[in-house]
Amino acid sequence: MALFNALLELADDHLVLGHRLSEWCGHAPMLEEDLAMPNMALDLIGTARVLYDHAGKVEGQGRDEDALAYLRGEREYRNCLLVERENGDFAVTMLRQLYFAAFMEPYWQAGLDSSDEVIKGVAGKAVKEMAYHIRHAGEWVIRLGDGTEESAARMRDAVEELHCFTEELFEEGAAEGVDALPSRAAIRPIWQATIVRIFAEAGLSMPEAVYPQTGGRSGQHNEVLGHMLAEMQSLHRAHPGAVW
Amino acid sequence: MIAELTEQVAWQAAASVPDPEVPCVTVAELGILRQVSMEDGVAVAKVTPTYSGCPATLAIELSIEAALRDAGFEARIDRVLSPAWTTDWITAEGREKLRAFGIAPPVTGSGKAALFASPDVCCPRCGSVRTIRISEFGSTACKAHYQCQSCAEPFDYFKCI
Repeated sequence: MALFNALLELADDHLVLGHRLSEWCGHAPMLEEDLAMPNMALDLIGTARVLYDHAGKVEGQGRDEDALAYLRGEREYRNCLLVERENGDFAVTMLRQLYFAAFMEPYWQAGLDSSDEVIKGVAGKAVKEMAYHIRHAGEWVIRLGDGTEESAARMRDAVEELHCFTEELFEEGAAEGVDALPSRAAIRPIWQATIVRIFAEAGLSMPEAVYPQTGGRSGQHNEVLGHMLAEMQSLHRAHPGAVW
Repeated sequence: MIAELTEQVAWQAAASVPDPEVPCVTVAELGILRQVSMEDGVAVAKVTPTYSGCPATLAIELSIEAALRDAGFEARIDRVLSPAWTTDWITAEGREKLRAFGIAPPVTGSGKAALFASPDVCCPRCGSVRTIRISEFGSTACKAHYQCQSCAEPFDYFKCI
């Protein structure tokens, strides 16, 4: 059961962030980004699907990826709070992406040695995709942070808004004691180094003391997740079992 | 005359399926089709997705299954995640066909170094290496958008991953 819960946390992180990114489709400031964000969303949702499928099999109750994605309520979601944050402006979206990818890339790097074949397979794919996400989001954080007065101010606001949600990334959560999954706490120094390096180039400073916001791993979410799930799940719930 | 239902015949049937998004190359040339084996009279094709979220994965699997059935086989598809697909698995023929189609093939040698090294991407039209990246992301997840500085041709580059 610990493995099932840990897989759910991981899958929920990917699905929720993937859905958030997909909300930009058709709204991005330029065509390039309108292509980029759904592409990255697909990476995340694709990873979530494999993890849900695996979790369903581990649970053994006959729940498939759709049941896990569409038929759980907000309190049953186990994603960290960072990924459910609303898109805000482009600075917020890019910083959220950088924070997450800078965590997941070393996480999957560690996952390459997992004893679990599915995790190992996912890691092999995702580690390269996350490296791409870091580059993409990192370039934007630098461009905006080191850009105009306006863009730099927005980037600083984004740091102020999101930094308090990063602490939760390093909570072991349900993965505590699950050997098949990498330790989240161990990722901290690598994540920190990536962020410090990019912030230095962007002319941003790391916030000193922030009050960490947590609770996602135990199902205590911000109101925004409920709104997101309502939209994401409504079709599936209105037409249960529908096929195209 | 009915062809004998051997592993080799099954491979040929499955290998000839074109990729739905890049139809100039087959699934075998892309390296997505890993193996076809006969298990208790069933042709089992092992298929590896290119990207986690590649929307073509299911379409590819269905096409391979259909091709095997058309060739007279009972068929099953096994999705294999590990080892993960890499562009190194694209065959030499596949690379040449991509180039002829106007897509710059991935520079050989995948991995993180290749991902961040700004590779010398050759223009598929005139062969010049004076190319610039326009966008990290192209028309599909597996491609980036480039432009040739010599002949001005905009083109897709099949990313090294």
